[in-house]
Amino acid sequence: MPKVMLRRTEKGALSFYVAKKDLEAEVSSLEFEGPGKWGGAIELTDGSRFFVEPLDEEPKLPITVRATRIDE
Amino acid sequence: MAVMTRNETEALIQEVLEIYPEKAQKDRAKHLTTNDHEVEQSKKCITSNKKSLPGVMTIRGCAYAGSKGVVWGPIKDMIHISHGPVGCGQYSRAGRRNYYIGTTGVNTFVTMNFTSDFQEKDIVFGGDKKLAKLIDEVETLFPLNKGISVQSECPIGLIGDDIEAVSKKKSAEIGKTVVPVRCEGFRGVSQSLGHHIANDSIRDWVFKDGEGAKGTNYEPGPYDVSVIGDYNIGGDAWSSRILLEEMGLRVVAQWSGDGTLAELENTPRVKLNLLHCYRSMNYISRHMEEKYGIPWMEYNFFGPTKINESLRKIASFFDDKIKEGAERVIEKYKPEMDAIQEKYVPRLKGKRVMLFVGGLRPRHTIGAYEDLGMEVVGTGYEFGHNDDYDRTIKEMGNATLIYDDVTGYEFEEFAKRIKPDLIGSGIKEKYIFQKMGIPFRQMHSWDYSGPYHGYDGFAIFARDMDMTLNNPCWDQVTPPWNKPAEATTEAD
Repeated sequence: MPKVMLRRTEKGALSFYVAKKDLEAEVSSLEFEGPGKWGGAIELTDGSRFFVEPLDEEPKLPITVRATRIDE
Repeated sequence: MAVMTRNETEALIQEVLEIYPEKAQKDRAKHLTTNDHEVEQSKKCITSNKKSLPGVMTIRGCAYAGSKGVVWGPIKDMIHISHGPVGCGQYSRAGRRNYYIGTTGVNTFVTMNFTSDFQEKDIVFGGDKKLAKLIDEVETLFPLNKGISVQSECPIGLIGDDIEAVSKKKSAEIGKTVVPVRCEGFRGVSQSLGHHIANDSIRDWVFKDGEGAKGTNYEPGPYDVSVIGDYNIGGDAWSSRILLEEMGLRVVAQWSGDGTLAELENTPRVKLNLLHCYRSMNYISRHMEEKYGIPWMEYNFFGPTKINESLRKIASFFDDKIKEGAERVIEKYKPEMDAIQEKYVPRLKGKRVMLFVGGLRPRHTIGAYEDLGMEVVGTGYEFGHNDDYDRTIKEMGNATLIYDDVTGYEFEEFAKRIKPDLIGSGIKEKYIFQKMGIPFRQMHSWDYSGPYHGYDGFAIFARDMDMTLNNPCWDQVTPPWNKPAEATTEAD
């Protein structure tokens, strides 16, 4: 359950940063992005997948959340 | 030597790796690569931030070096105690040339060494009492200090001293900030984790509520910025700062070259954080973005092309007044920069450079070399992470060499084969390459020169590179690889 900071990069992409591991990656897909629900399964550009408990609406970024790794 | 093709570079890496035992070969192969612009993510071609291989020569430092030497050390009005045996502090003291204004020993303390000088009995019985006594002594002898940081050396973590408890107690007693920093040298694989720990300690022990410094009448303004990750090496932060001020911004804080504790405390109220050294201070910038909503941006003040780009990018965060200011500054320095390029480009054009440094320089200085008509043919980070390499790939030419945590042997072999005209690295590499007949600049502290940041810095950078490269002494030295060749010709 790493603590993850999500923020928008200059280019508008969502970046996924694990402070504990100094790991910075870009999010390639986010399950729920629309209004009403935000979060869910996250896929990174390197192919690894995480799950973030969906929020009611898009939060003010950056935000630190708990993410769980989804193992296939 | 002509530009190397991809195959040649790959062959060179293979050849250099051959000397290692199989296991080491496999490990090192991951850290060496040929640059490929098509790769979007560096982790596909290069591994970084991994433990150095035992038995090879590495150029890295430790977590203590990252915290005391880089992040905390330059904060001038605090006393940084090297808590532990005497050596760590003494041998790293004053070496980084972080310039500052003040009277050393009275109100500023950067070049001084404060240590608890651990002895056997402190290891056996613990050093907390000694630390408490030391803080009292420091208070008596240097009453004008604004705060104290306790930089742990390895034994502190090993024997389990509770420096946090001592710091809290003493802080309440003396009424000043006392920051315990758990930067024991054995933590992490390089100084990089030390930067992170130091950043976290600023977050936890200096910011507190983000209310700003007590006793300063700082009123936040609309054009407040802070310069983060500039350590004022040879005056770098000063030559950056004047440009920002000229374009109409107000520089509230310098992190951490020539910086003060009050500046750190006031930073959560600025409008924009300007981040120069991403590797050592992105952590605190991220924190301030999340907690205080301060955006941050990375900038590059090496060489006119990048400076112009950065000034415009900085201005884009503000209104038209600042945007005009940026154009005005660029215009003002243009004739000066043109004159420098006119003078030095003919002397330096086409020269090839190999770099191996830490932090931001392996990619940030590329632009400055290019402004002088030079080309960077190999680069690498001592302690970079994947995101550093992501950025580097775009800056470097295709099929150039990239090496992570290069070993002494690899670096020498690469230099022998690539035959660069100039190498930029640290003091430990300097004399090896000079003896090999290769002009060398010590790029950690600008070879006792500087500043190199900003327009003024570029003038000095250009002069220094010319002075080193076109020094007549290199004609007097025969590089070792030329010797046998000459001997055979004579024998014929």
